[in-house]
Order: sequence, then structure tokens, then C-alpha cells
Amino acid sequence: MLARRNPQLNAHGELIHLLSIEGLPRAVVTQILDTASTFLSVNDREVKKVPLLRGKSVFNLFFENSTRTRTTFEIAAKRLSADVINLDIAKSSASKGESLLDTIANLSAMHADMFVVRHSESGAPYLIARHCAPHVHVVNAGDGRHAHPTQGLLDMYTIRHYKRDFTQLSVAVVGDIVHSRVARSDIHGLSILGVPDIRAVGPKTLVPGDLREMGVRVCHDMAEGIRGADVIIMLRLQNERMSGALLPSAGEFFKSYGLTPEKLALAKPDAIVMHPGPINRGVEIDSAVADGRQSVILPQVTFGIAVRMAVMSTIAGNQA
Amino acid sequence: MRTIIRGGRVVDPASGRDEVADVAIAGDRIVAIGEKAAAFEADRVIDASGLVVAPGLVDLAARLREPGQEHEGMLESELQAAAAGGVTSLVCLPDTDPVLDEPGLVEMLKFRARKLSRCRVFPLGALTRRLEGQVLTEMVELTEAGCIGFSQVDVPVPDTQVLLRAMQYAATHGLAVWLRPQDAWLGKGVAASGAVATRLGLSGVPVAAETIALHMLFELVRVTGVRLHLCRLSSAAGVALLRAAKAEGLPVTADVSINSLHLTDVDIGFFDADMRLTPPLRQGGDRDALRAALADGTIDALVSDHNPVAEDMKNLPFGEAEPGATGLELLLALALRWGADQGQPLAKTLSRVTCDPVRVLGDALGSLASSAGRLVEGGVADVCLFDPEADWAVTPDQLCSQGKHTPFAFRSTGMALRGRVRTTMVAGTIAFDRR
Repeated sequence: MLARRNPQLNAHGELIHLLSIEGLPRAVVTQILDTASTFLSVNDREVKKVPLLRGKSVFNLFFENSTRTRTTFEIAAKRLSADVINLDIAKSSASKGESLLDTIANLSAMHADMFVVRHSESGAPYLIARHCAPHVHVVNAGDGRHAHPTQGLLDMYTIRHYKRDFTQLSVAVVGDIVHSRVARSDIHGLSILGVPDIRAVGPKTLVPGDLREMGVRVCHDMAEGIRGADVIIMLRLQNERMSGALLPSAGEFFKSYGLTPEKLALAKPDAIVMHPGPINRGVEIDSAVADGRQSVILPQVTFGIAVRMAVMSTIAGNQA
Repeated sequence: MRTIIRGGRVVDPASGRDEVADVAIAGDRIVAIGEKAAAFEADRVIDASGLVVAPGLVDLAARLREPGQEHEGMLESELQAAAAGGVTSLVCLPDTDPVLDEPGLVEMLKFRARKLSRCRVFPLGALTRRLEGQVLTEMVELTEAGCIGFSQVDVPVPDTQVLLRAMQYAATHGLAVWLRPQDAWLGKGVAASGAVATRLGLSGVPVAAETIALHMLFELVRVTGVRLHLCRLSSAAGVALLRAAKAEGLPVTADVSINSLHLTDVDIGFFDADMRLTPPLRQGGDRDALRAALADGTIDALVSDHNPVAEDMKNLPFGEAEPGATGLELLLALALRWGADQGQPLAKTLSRVTCDPVRVLGDALGSLASSAGRLVEGGVADVCLFDPEADWAVTPDQLCSQGKHTPFAFRSTGMALRGRVRTTMVAGTIAFDRR
């Protein structure tokens, strides 16, 4: 079979869509993080706007509900001076039977410049990127279990902010990894940036052995998984995991894998605790940890806006 | 009509014949091969120099999409595709709409296919009504209507009591059961479990979905004595279980699809929906085991697993896309590619798509059983003439099938296929001619 070019890069290796962190050159990742730090100051200004996307139309296409991620994309696009159109497709065309590509064709006819896409099926943004007009850029805002690259990048930004050097770190990702697009994006980001020790921690139902193929150490024991870690990324446990015979109860999960102050003490004294939100207090994380001095959960949200601004302005500046 | 095929390389896998010879055909029968054909007075002469003259191909798995799914495929287009692929007999599957669970539907299908006279069609009947896995179909009546065996296609029977009784009943009447080994629950994913599915975030089908089903099916064969054909084996572990079952002497046969024989999950690439197939593509070790098993005869037949899928149903996210690929027109070239990779004689390669599948069908073929898939004097004149050196690119406009999606399309592989059908004869009549 032919080696197919990574569809998010153009012939010059520049980023034209952001579909996944996997396969991105380290220089591209670093450049986005550097750009994000210049945008961070915009957020502190009295007039929180730069004109980089002035006159451009950004369509937020959320085939799956999400208030939080959509809002951060909306804020980021507006701070770049773009016109933002929010479409809750979950409630409109899809329920009338319109196909995904028909929806895209219709919105393209409205002269969209960028689609920010969330979809419950892994790979849906690839289909859109393959079929939209060449000048349109696609940002994956979460597809199935596959990828959530802007979350991954903001996590990398957060780690760089607190830890500086990636090449000496131990990072533990804890919880429902098999169903988590955030975990996959984090693992790719950490690998690209040179983290030597990435651990995936959780029960065998949520952390299957196949994950080793992604270059992580699989740990089914929480203490072993977080001992000596510099960074602990807790994942959100979806309620529906209780129904599929993956776990008996939230309580039992918390007992084995919930992050409590006692367990956190096993990590390095200056370890940081991250979470993509929204958090389930008492399910994957104890309130004392979520609100504690090692938690960087709220700074993650702030960095997220700057990172999304960096992603949108970067891809908008590159041509297919 | 009296026809002579002159100067071709006649390859008959069943007898081992492989020599340049003439083939004389009168009416629907081959009357002479070789020197005896010299004095034959023909109305029509086909020059086969440079071509291989082989038995018409026998494909044990092709969906024709009729009745009920004509937007995906029609009898006319799909039987034309069969003829263009050199396929002169095919087994079609009962998962149509309505399901082939009534004799009238089967008779109608056979009648329509006969009228087109492009390819012989042998339907599989549904093992249970509407394939729901609850009530047995009228297997005896369906057999009289033309069914050659009974299948659940891709819908496993979760209730082992029903499955046991279906096999007992089929065994009572000497009928064959055709099942794809797949556990009803573990088989629900959209890609094979493994590194690729994990990385892409696609729900996985573990190998255990196949091996658990095989263990169960073999045990039920021991209990009932039913003749079982296993459809579309996909894993190395499955091959090992099949090999042991055959060594034990169980009455089982098996096939593999052109897709599983040539591709792996890595070919999914960036969520290419053309690679969305049932069973899902597995890893390199599985593919190697399948190729070896087809070569040593553990797996009896190579099938196209032809399934025309409409454009709309493929232009969807990977997990939502309809599984399947067009295959009838690719079967010969992909068999030849496998044969070339194995470095084996042409006759052996062709046996897996001619006389070996006929052996799988056995008595169900009736009077055809002795000569279909062969070139024998007195036998039916189902013949495939192909150019073994012809390279061709698989592009949608080249295909007769209404299904244009295939993992072997030139646009995804960038590679040509070698070996192309020139002329196909069914019962002495030309069903397809490329010149």
C-alpha cells in the first residue's frame, strides 16, 4: 500500500488542519506552544483582541454536546477577531437525517473558513478534512475515543509552564484510558516532546495491554503508577462506564484509583495534578487534591484559550 | 453452437493438466481437449494464444443485493461483474431484504439469474427465519427451491439451544451449515483489536471473538455430525484450531476472503472507510497464517466476499461506514498475486478458486458436481480465458459492479493488478468478452 501523507500537513510539512497530535513534527508542536505564550498576554490586556482572523468565519460544529470546549473555542476565535457561528448539530440537521458530508457542503456554501468539529465517531474530522474545500481549515475538538489535540496541546503547555524540561519527567495518566481521546493526545504529545517515562494507570478493563504499543508503561496498581511522578493527569470517569461491566461502582473505582492526598504523597513533592475537566469530586479525585496547592486544573483552562488561539492562527496562516 | 478455443495454455487444476491445447465445445459441453479436438468442425473459433484457458471461477461468497437492496447492487450489474471476473458459479448470501428464508424468494432469484445467463447462482438460505436466531427455516423446501446450504451470514445465533437444534435438523437431512465464526458479543467492534485500533480509538474485535466461536462450533459438529463450512476465517489462532479440527476428522471446510489474504489493519491508515470490512482486517501474523493455510489446503477456498456498497454508505466516519468491498472482478488477479507471492504453480493457485470450492459445495451441486470447476471432456463448458500478463489499474469506471469501493483501488494502492479476464463462457455461451 502507498504511504499516505499525513492529511493535516501540506506538501511543505506545515500544519493546515489540526486533527491529531500523532505524527506532528516536534518543531510544529513547540512552535504552537511558543505562539500560545505570546497570546497569553492578550488575555490580560484591557482590549483582549488581536486582528489575526479578522473577516474570517469560524464554525463550531458540535455533533456531540459540549458547552465547555465549545465556549473556549468561541472565546479563542473571538479574541482573534473572527466571526463565530455556533451550530449544535446534535439538535438540528443530524436529527433530520442529513448526512455529515451534506451538512459540511451546506456550511461550506456559507463561506466558512474554519470548522471546529466535535463528533462521537473516531476519525470524523478526517472525513471532513478530506471533503471540504482546499481553503477551509479543520480543527478537531474531540472525535470519539481517538483524539482531542487542543486539549493535549494545552496539557503540554501546562507541563512546560511548570516543569520546563520534558526530557527528565515521569508522567502518570490515570483512569479510563481506553475510552479517552484526551489520554491518547497526551500520550502522543508527551512522546513527541521527549518524556522518557509515561505511565498509564487503571484497571485492565480501562487500561488494556495494547496501550504498550503507544510507548507507555501500563500499571494496574495506583501506588506503583504514581510513585515518583512529576505530573499526574487524572481523567474524567464517565458515568456510563458503570453500565458496560467495566467497573462495579464509582465508589470502588475511587478506592483503588481515586487521587487522595495520601496517594498524592507517593509522587514527587513538587508534582502537579492536572485534569481535563469537568471533574467528578469523589470519583476520580478527592476535593482536597482538586483544590489543593499542587492542582493546576484552573490554570489549564486559562492556558487552553491561548493554545486554541495559537492553533487557529497557525493553521489559518498555512495554505493547502 | 460449436466453438473451438485454439492455442491457449489449458490449465485444469483438478487433473493437473497444464499444456497448450485446443478445447472443443458443442452446445453446453466440452467435447474434446487436445489432439481429439483437431478434427472438430466449429462455427466459432476463439484465438487463445498467449491466454490461459481455465475452468470458470467458483466464488463461495458474493452478495448480489437482490432482493431489497437494489440501490447497492442489482442482479444485472453484479452478475455482469461476475462474468467480467471470470466467475461462472457463485454462492450468494441470504442477508437480503427480505431475507432468503422462503422458497418463493429463492425460486424467483434463481429464475431471474437464469434468465440473465451470466453466471450460475447458488443461494444460501437463512438458517433461522429473518436471521433472528430463534425459529428454524424450512430447510428441506428451501433446498428443493435451490439453496445449497444454510447460513446466518454476519448475524451470530447467541442462543446455543437454537444453534444446536438447527445443526441437528440440518444433519438429519444431510444439509450443510455455513457459519462465520464470530461470538455475538465480542464481535461487536469495528476494527481488529490491536495496536492500530487502540491508537485510532476504534472499538476492537478480539481474536477471541473468532476462537471462542470456533471452539463452540467444533463441539456442536462433534455432537450433531453436521457438515460445517466456516466462512471468512480471519486469524492465525483460528487457523490453528481449524487445522486441529481437520486432523481430528471433523466434517469441516473453510474459506478466506481476498481482503484478509492481502491486507492488514495498518492499511486502515487515516480512517479509510474502504478498509471497513467484516471480518475486520487483522495483523501481519494473521495474514501470513491465512496465506500459508490456503496454500497447504487447511483453508479450502478463496472467496471474493463481494459486497457492493453505495457511495453514501462509505462516505461516513469509519465506524459508521457500511462494511464491505466489491470483489468479483478482483478475485482472479488477487488469487494470482497470492500464487506469485507463494511461488507456486498456476494450477495450484487456480484450484482454490475452481475445483476446491466445488468440493466444498459437494452433492449440493447435483449433476454439476462432477464437472464444475474443471475442464473435462463431457463436462459443462464453464470456461475462463485470461491474460496472465495483463496489468490493469482498478478504477471505478473499470468495474461493472455497482459497488465501486475496494481497498485495492489504484487511488489508494498506486499499484496495478496483474492478470485479466478476456472471455468468460457459461454453459458454452459467451457471458463476457473484453475484445
